[in-house]
Amino acid sequence: MKHETIETNAGWLIALTLVVISIGGLVEIVPLYFIDSTIEEVKVDGKETIRPYTALEQRGRDLYLREGCYTCHSQMIRPFRDEALRYGHYSLAAESKYDHPFQWGSKRTGPDLARVGKKYSNEWHVQHLIAPRSVVPESIMPNYPWLAKQKLDYKDMADRLRALKMVGVPYSETKAEFDTNVERFGKDVAEQLDINRAEKNLITQAAAEIMMVIHP
Amino acid sequence: MAHTTARAEQYNFDIVRKFTIMTLVWGVLGMTAGLYIGSELAYPFLNFDIPEITFGRLRPVHTTLVIFGFGGSALFATSYYVVQRTCQARLSGGSWANFTFWGWQIAVGSAAISYLFGYTQGREYAEMVWPIDLLIAVTWVVYLFIYVQTIRKRSQPHIYVANWFFIAFILATALLHIFNNMAVPVNMFSLSSYSLHAGVQDAMTQWWYGHNAVGFFLTAAFLGMMYYFIPKQVGRPVYSYRLSIIHFWALIFLYMWVGGHHLHWTALPDWTSTLAASFSILLLLPSWGGMINGIMTLSGAWDKLRTDPIVRFMIVSLSFYGMSTFEGPLMSLKSVNALSHYTDWTIGHVHSGALGWVAMITFGSLYHLIPRLWETKMYSEKLIFTHFWLATIGIVLYISALWVAGIGQGLLLRAFDDYGNLAYTFVETVSFLNLPYIVRALGGLFFVTGIVLMSYNTYMTIRQSKKEQAKMEAKIAAKMAQA
Repeated sequence: MKHETIETNAGWLIALTLVVISIGGLVEIVPLYFIDSTIEEVKVDGKETIRPYTALEQRGRDLYLREGCYTCHSQMIRPFRDEALRYGHYSLAAESKYDHPFQWGSKRTGPDLARVGKKYSNEWHVQHLIAPRSVVPESIMPNYPWLAKQKLDYKDMADRLRALKMVGVPYSETKAEFDTNVERFGKDVAEQLDINRAEKNLITQAAAEIMMVIHP
Repeated sequence: MAHTTARAEQYNFDIVRKFTIMTLVWGVLGMTAGLYIGSELAYPFLNFDIPEITFGRLRPVHTTLVIFGFGGSALFATSYYVVQRTCQARLSGGSWANFTFWGWQIAVGSAAISYLFGYTQGREYAEMVWPIDLLIAVTWVVYLFIYVQTIRKRSQPHIYVANWFFIAFILATALLHIFNNMAVPVNMFSLSSYSLHAGVQDAMTQWWYGHNAVGFFLTAAFLGMMYYFIPKQVGRPVYSYRLSIIHFWALIFLYMWVGGHHLHWTALPDWTSTLAASFSILLLLPSWGGMINGIMTLSGAWDKLRTDPIVRFMIVSLSFYGMSTFEGPLMSLKSVNALSHYTDWTIGHVHSGALGWVAMITFGSLYHLIPRLWETKMYSEKLIFTHFWLATIGIVLYISALWVAGIGQGLLLRAFDDYGNLAYTFVETVSFLNLPYIVRALGGLFFVTGIVLMSYNTYMTIRQSKKEQAKMEAKIAAKMAQA
């Protein structure tokens, strides 16, 4: 076929363009869903140790998105010596398999946060979010005082977990689903993943975490 | 005057004028937002403890306004102009063109406002919440329809090369937008949603989208601009017809493969990231092919660089295009990426493309376009020269500062002392960034000042055109009265 045919025929031009621009994505994205080794299996004593977020954790993650934390922080530790020393073991694909959306980030104006959980006390964290420079003088992070004042909206917590369930996160709604989760993650975790108890779970966990700040 | 009316009937320039004005409005707002967040990094007190203007919320406002507001409106304006001129046909679809105008402006404006209040999908350059995504999808389908219908009723047998690029850009953007934004809303009344993909697959989809927002939105489409406005402005045909064919097919094929280079050394499988790196290097060829095709169009008319500020904008834009499409493959090498990723080098690289290439070719094209749309001369040629220098100096300051920041921080982060411990804490490397951040903000200030001058120049040009028209009409009326 001569190029002239394409140039003089809008149908050909569109069809061929569509074919040419589709190939890259098809070859690189589609197999990621089918090659098993893409996401590692992480199990201890037959139970999966990587679990979906609890209601409170998920709501916290929603706030992480709301404030645009990903514009300055990554959640993806690379397999380098300096990153191992600074942030810990490199991140596994499995660790973000329940992340809708992923929050690996693209820029570290601040440090990586993949393993920052439990690294500092809750008290430190509260202080740091209210006024970062009061604990790290050279920090250029904005203050987030409103996080301590605003009431958390959790009315739609069950809806949120249900939406996540629709995109594939194993939150349970029926007895059968609950039992499967007990099998996969153990009873304690399964209870946290129960949509019917979403609000109650959130309140209980929040209360426990607040106690850690008041009485560390 | 009869001549004017005939032209107004032949082509729909009204829609082009509207998009041109909005290009400047969003450009000024978006670049000012950029200047502000850049300054927040140098002077964190500028966050003022106000949620709506903290860096995290304002950054998507900046990227959305400059990419989709400024860039998008410029593309609508120029593509609607180019398709009519090269097809010698009036824009199809009648008032549907106005629908694309309002659809696009509402999408951009409401996206920016929603970010201020924390409504976001948390996906870079695709932060718009789902109802806005739907509006964009509908607008885009109408855009495609108008464009293709206009091409189909062309009075020329050939579809001009600029239109190939615009078509590829419209098709690719539709594909990317739809697949990257698939999500399930929390409920019908909630602006929140959760993405269909998760983790690795989500990351790859997002950067397939993200890099092709660069490849198609910010490159292919602006190459369409180049293929029309450079030959027009210098009054010479495109350098090589063959090169443009190779350039087109190779560019649109290769770009779609390279998104994975944003995910080197992450949990993305090695095969994907290696493939992405390989294609990134291949991409150098069509990119430079296109640059050469654009620059060589000037051969035999090089003297215009001395006298014509518009040609200067165009040639400098191509130089930056060449530079950043060389830097890109370099940074996609895994060993270089290990240092550059997560640092300001990436931000510098993006801006050498976005300011140097995208904005400069837009300025050049609009300076060509505006006098033709309003049928007068630019109000001040001197201001165009001033704008050119402000913009160029601004870019150079900006990218040099971020080379220092990015490469410097990259080196500090991987430095070890004699005992094998980390030589610097993270926050020590942040302190190092202060000076480069100040210089970067200064560069941004130059660039913003430039586009403000351009907006003033445009405003005065439009005013001048209206005055001229009123004068002309008065003259005609007087003549009519005499007769």
